[in-house]
Amino acid sequence: MTASPAIDTATRPGRVEVHGVRKAYAGVEVLHGVDLVVEPGTVTVILGPSGSGKSTLLRSINHLEKVDRGFVALDGELVGYRRKGDTLHELKEKELLRQRTRFGFVFQSFNLFPHLTALDNVVEAPVSAQGRPRAEVEAEARALLTRVGLAGREKAYPRQLSGGQQQRVAIARALAMTPAVLLFDEPTSALDPELVGEVLAVIEQLAEDGTTMIVVTHEIGFARRAADRVVFMDDGRIVESGPPEQVLDDPQHERTKAFLARVL
Amino acid sequence: MTAVEVRPEVAAPPAGTPYDRLKVVPARHPGRWVATALVAVVLAMVVHSLITNPRWEWDIVGAYLTERSIVHGVITTIELTLITAVLGFALGTVLALMRLSRSPLLQAVSWGYTWVFRSVPLILQLLLWYNLAYLYKSLDVGIPFGPSFFSFDTLSLIDKFGAAILGLGLHQAAYSAEIVRAGILSVDQGQHEAAASLGIPRRRQATRIVLPQAMRSIVPTAVNEVIGLFKGTSIVYVLALGELFYTVSVIYGRTQRVLPMLVVAAIWYVVLTTVVTVIQYYVERYYARGAVRTLPPTPLQRLRGNLTAGLTRVRALGRAR
Repeated sequence: MTASPAIDTATRPGRVEVHGVRKAYAGVEVLHGVDLVVEPGTVTVILGPSGSGKSTLLRSINHLEKVDRGFVALDGELVGYRRKGDTLHELKEKELLRQRTRFGFVFQSFNLFPHLTALDNVVEAPVSAQGRPRAEVEAEARALLTRVGLAGREKAYPRQLSGGQQQRVAIARALAMTPAVLLFDEPTSALDPELVGEVLAVIEQLAEDGTTMIVVTHEIGFARRAADRVVFMDDGRIVESGPPEQVLDDPQHERTKAFLARVL
Repeated sequence: MTAVEVRPEVAAPPAGTPYDRLKVVPARHPGRWVATALVAVVLAMVVHSLITNPRWEWDIVGAYLTERSIVHGVITTIELTLITAVLGFALGTVLALMRLSRSPLLQAVSWGYTWVFRSVPLILQLLLWYNLAYLYKSLDVGIPFGPSFFSFDTLSLIDKFGAAILGLGLHQAAYSAEIVRAGILSVDQGQHEAAASLGIPRRRQATRIVLPQAMRSIVPTAVNEVIGLFKGTSIVYVLALGELFYTVSVIYGRTQRVLPMLVVAAIWYVVLTTVVTVIQYYVERYYARGAVRTLPPTPLQRLRGNLTAGLTRVRALGRAR
């Protein structure tokens, strides 16, 4: 699938720029300078072996991880910093939290709030972080749950739902904040094969609606169907990137070839 | 691929009778019966001695159980426990949050507080607070190192009850802080991350997301502490404060009926603990929302369930004979 030409990328929000991002844990560098630009309304799928830095990159984008060097910007606004002339001021927790609401994040292990019902999971952030009236948010949340195929399960607690259902609630929860960009961190890796499909179907539907998304995954088939661009990472670097048919069917780099040969 | 044909429900019964006509004999547990009989005998002996030994002086126990000064003592014990529990857990929660904050000074102060108040025996702390007036004649409210607006006479501000509350409450806070901290640490890191990624304000993260989940591991230990406090308040008899134990000791000092009076106190402590235990059950049930697929039954439901199960077993036994 390619981005519809009707989408006006100039005014549409959701342009993510990653510049020379480096990150080390306890002295070991896991990202060695990553550059990436994601255009609004496109779907970018990040592939790569475990430990290649995919998740760290994703978590750096919404500043769940603070990077050591380099910058991330959303629609020209630096993430985690405020620019005044030539100096950058680190954002206070409060401003950072506000900025994060522009990204929706879907975790591998769902991380739903287990003590809240499916509906309350979705309603919580728009009410407490955006200060919107509860009644209005609830109506919207019900619509979102219906959209991910969970009408009638509003009152269920996460543990009463299957993994696939939980992940769909998590997607609805992220969508409720009307984020400019959705980030998915291996959204189907914790699911058994039968449930993977129902979650991917929801994500593919979002892709068709033109949501800007960055998806870290091992699902090659999904990349082929939904991605506008596939990025292959290895050892903290982007090895190659391009349209799915190019990267998946005609990889240029040896490392990409080896990886695809093993997973396909 | 061929289907495997060893399905038990279609295999033919050996003697030609269908399985549903076969008689089922429940397994026997002779060891269990012997053990039960032994315990029953011991129980009977205990009850027998409680009833027949005149030195228990049950008439005196009965007479004093609801005597006015005793009831007054019970009320004081309840007041002391509730106030110190609230004070202890409120301060303990603050200390726990300080300990988990990123400020080194707050961390150090919290650590130091816990260190000091856990190290000094409670009885010593109580006496220290009671004698605070010796150190500071008056307590002032005002600008630090500057002028004061209000001044209180320490002796009148911290009476026996005040000293008891301060001593018990501050001591309890040190323990509560660790309980609350353990509870917060028990909440999965992913919960913090999910809350942060949704931009939920910091305070709301604590009150709506983290603490309610922490309560699941906090409640059982916290109730332990409250029960401990109920009995622990008896230590304030060193301040000659009229709580349950002091009242009882005054009475037996006068009447020389030591044993029955101790039984009176014991009965009241058991009653108080029982009430707390029942409350604990419902509080735990409340915080179990979402943590278990189906909520555990209430004691009433369980009693009914046990009765039905027992009846069924008795009937089955009757049928087996």
